[in-house]
Amino acid sequence: MKKKINRIKALIRKEFFQIIRDPSSILIAGIFPLILLVIYGYGISLDMNNLKIGLIIEDTSDDAISLKRSFINSRFFHIYESNDEKKLVEDLIAFKLHGIVKIPFYFSYYMQRPDLKGPVFVASDGSSPNTASFVQNYSLGAWQNFLAQKMVSSGSPPIPNVEAAPRFWYNEELNSRYFLVPGSIAIIMTLIGTLLTALVVAREWERGTIESIMTTPITIKEFLIAKMISYFCLGLGSMIFSTALAILMFGLPFRGSFFVLSIVSSVFLIVALGVGLLISTLSKNQFIASQISIVSGFLPAFMLSGFIFEISSMPVLIRAITTIIPAKYMVSALQTLFLVGTVKRLILVNVSVMLALAFILFVIIFLKSRKRLD
Amino acid sequence: MPLVEIKNVTKTFGKGKIVALNNISCEFLSGELIAIAGPDGTGKTTLMRTMAALLKPDSGAISIDGNDTIKDSQSIHKIISYMPQKFGLYEDLTVLQNLNLYADLQGLNSEDKKSVFDSLLDFTDLKNFQKRLAGKLSGGMKQKLGLACTLLRKPKLLILDEPTVGVDPISRRELWKMIYALKKDNITVVFSTAYLDEAEKADKTMLIHESSILYFGKPSNLLSPLENRVFLIKNITTNRREVLKNASKDPDIIDTVVQGNAIRVVLQKNENSFNLKKLCPGDDSKLEKVKPRFEDAFFDVMQSKDKKVSPLEELLHPFEKSEAALVEAKNLTKQFDHFTAADDITFSVKGGEVFGLLGPNGAGKSTTFKMLCGLLKPTKGTADVANYSLLNAPSLARRKIGYMAQKFSLYENMTAYQNLRFFSGIYSVKNQKEAIDKMIEVFSLHDYVNINAAKLPLGFKQRLALACAIMHQPRVIFLDEPTSGVDPSTRREFWGHINAMVEKGASIVITTHFMDEAEYCDRIALINKGKLIRIDTPDNLKAAVKSDAIPFPSLEDAFIELSKQENEEKNK
Repeated sequence: MKKKINRIKALIRKEFFQIIRDPSSILIAGIFPLILLVIYGYGISLDMNNLKIGLIIEDTSDDAISLKRSFINSRFFHIYESNDEKKLVEDLIAFKLHGIVKIPFYFSYYMQRPDLKGPVFVASDGSSPNTASFVQNYSLGAWQNFLAQKMVSSGSPPIPNVEAAPRFWYNEELNSRYFLVPGSIAIIMTLIGTLLTALVVAREWERGTIESIMTTPITIKEFLIAKMISYFCLGLGSMIFSTALAILMFGLPFRGSFFVLSIVSSVFLIVALGVGLLISTLSKNQFIASQISIVSGFLPAFMLSGFIFEISSMPVLIRAITTIIPAKYMVSALQTLFLVGTVKRLILVNVSVMLALAFILFVIIFLKSRKRLD
Repeated sequence: MPLVEIKNVTKTFGKGKIVALNNISCEFLSGELIAIAGPDGTGKTTLMRTMAALLKPDSGAISIDGNDTIKDSQSIHKIISYMPQKFGLYEDLTVLQNLNLYADLQGLNSEDKKSVFDSLLDFTDLKNFQKRLAGKLSGGMKQKLGLACTLLRKPKLLILDEPTVGVDPISRRELWKMIYALKKDNITVVFSTAYLDEAEKADKTMLIHESSILYFGKPSNLLSPLENRVFLIKNITTNRREVLKNASKDPDIIDTVVQGNAIRVVLQKNENSFNLKKLCPGDDSKLEKVKPRFEDAFFDVMQSKDKKVSPLEELLHPFEKSEAALVEAKNLTKQFDHFTAADDITFSVKGGEVFGLLGPNGAGKSTTFKMLCGLLKPTKGTADVANYSLLNAPSLARRKIGYMAQKFSLYENMTAYQNLRFFSGIYSVKNQKEAIDKMIEVFSLHDYVNINAAKLPLGFKQRLALACAIMHQPRVIFLDEPTSGVDPSTRREFWGHINAMVEKGASIVITTHFMDEAEYCDRIALINKGKLIRIDTPDNLKAAVKSDAIPFPSLEDAFIELSKQENEEKNK
């Protein structure tokens, strides 16, 4: 038993030296999280603010000025005023503008004639439909704002109808960073657990070191355990680093408990490591190992985990597939812990599904692994 | 009781399609030094891996000290040590960290560690390199460290897979000293090698050819039937290559090979009245009896050798004779960062000459070579081929060049025919179809034209690569380690083709680490650590180091001695 532990310790020490001397593991565990978090923290935002709108005003009436102010005051728009319609259309084509709003010369005339409709012209770029619908909706908002103002100023009180006042729980500002950053932490851990682990085992095959190791008295289980412990620690380290970055640098709230976070992360890491080790039993070549782990680990974690694309809006078949993607449970648990708090029931479900996946994976790995080359 | 018992072991790969070991049976005793020799791809590594309980045989069984390799692999791993090819070292760990890792895996006590490390570091002369990363060691030092890692715990059986590949001759000799020292400890050592001369050093030698045992027993038993049958034809006054050709056609001769200015012949059994005159070697020529060596024995055991002269002979047009040098290297220097891979190398090669670059791996042969073919730009100096400068007129110069790269560089997922068509296309060969058909004829590729290059047997890969390189009838042919790993008879055939091309006036520049093979060259440049040590004919090089200590020096001796002299001069 003591010898067993000594052997495992020796292998872990070896992994440690290799990690600190190998640029690729530092890159994946240290630099990559930083890049990913910066991209999702600062770079990408799924909210459309500051839509660039070209505004043409042909009417000089008070109503037109008031409408213009309503557009300018909207926090969603950045207004470029111009009278050169041709130039604005060119800018729209060149992607310099997201849309064009035109208040025509007959605007105030139409306003006074309730039987005529559509005095404001809104054009948006249909080649990016998402943005186009934002332009449309926000313009409508600005228009309604203007109408409300007008009624107040004309003395007639607004018709008291049912008012919808939306409140977004857990992410009050609807800030996409709040759910993207926890999601990217799950991606980072998938990369370390799956890609890095598969790569380092494949590298031992390529360099022939595994042959030497296998002819020593070490057992295959000891070998796997040593690999797991090493990359488990590396993954956990990277997790702590990413969480600290998320809270300190990106100002994310953390509403759950750190203890629960560490349990959830540990369980997820074990699953990710399991996938990595399974891949390494299938492929003895670094290139193929990285291809398999990207296709089976990284891409599903990216697309099918609910990190960016909502699972509830996927077709049934794809939704069924997501149930075996471990990252799905991690993303959900992380988003909950960061934004909501420790929701025991949800966390418990996520953790137990991940544990079940881990169990299945390790049964397969131990059945498949032999202390042999064929 | 024998330590190792191998009984009817058969191992196949790819669902039985590739037979790696075919019904192998043998026994090794305690304390024996066993050599497993044979060309690449004949199953040497597979046999060693099955012995190390890393592969499961399809049928048959191996037992080591009474333990079955399939059932008791765990107990086998407690009594054997195994050094795989490439030595199994962690390159990003230091020398000491590697030792520590393997010591812990082998279950050494921490109290014993220090004394064991001390004695092993002494034994391997690595004391001053303990903190160096294994990846930064030279080939020779890596090999010694790999060996040290296998000796941390005294094994009953030590398995070394090609321990001397890619290691310079000097380190190779040091390794042999160490292996002999182990024998005294009653350790059974099994090693594999592609160099037949190394197989002679063992107590017992196993010759493997095409997955079966060709011979197993004492090397002397293999050599004794060859006594009085191996001769050198000396003082040849006529054309040496002509004599070689005649000899290789002669039914009384089993094997012919160039050895410096002489030609080595192995006669058939019971051939007592050999008439030298029929080979037309000139009036002064004489036969001199020499000691048989392993390669001679290989042909004797193989027996089957179809006698034929390279059909290239009739196919090639003779080039016009010219006295001017066809290859001219002047002060070629290549610097990589702070490392000088080739340092001020100057030589020239005439038409009809075979010029060899000889040196261990990493000496700078390939770098020099690549500068000559225009694949690498020299830091300093010039390389001209057939009077065209590779710097100023690379495409004109390259049209005169045929190049066969190390490991043959064929398109592995294209068939042999498609490879030929591709290379005839890029060299803009006229009458493509005709040229391809001729190559298929010359190199007997008929049965293989529709097989992917990756799946060709090694010997045929080599033929195909040569065909692709010479299809456009180049004036100068560069061959980078062309015979590495192929069996001796394929090598003979290969040199037959080379001879035919030289006869027609082509120049050959060749690199090799087979010291024997360098004997074929008209002149040799010895290269070590990026520097040109000496250029001379093989005979003169050998003569230069002849002394009382080495009365009959080989080219390897010459290489070692001349490298030493060079070093001493530098230190002065």
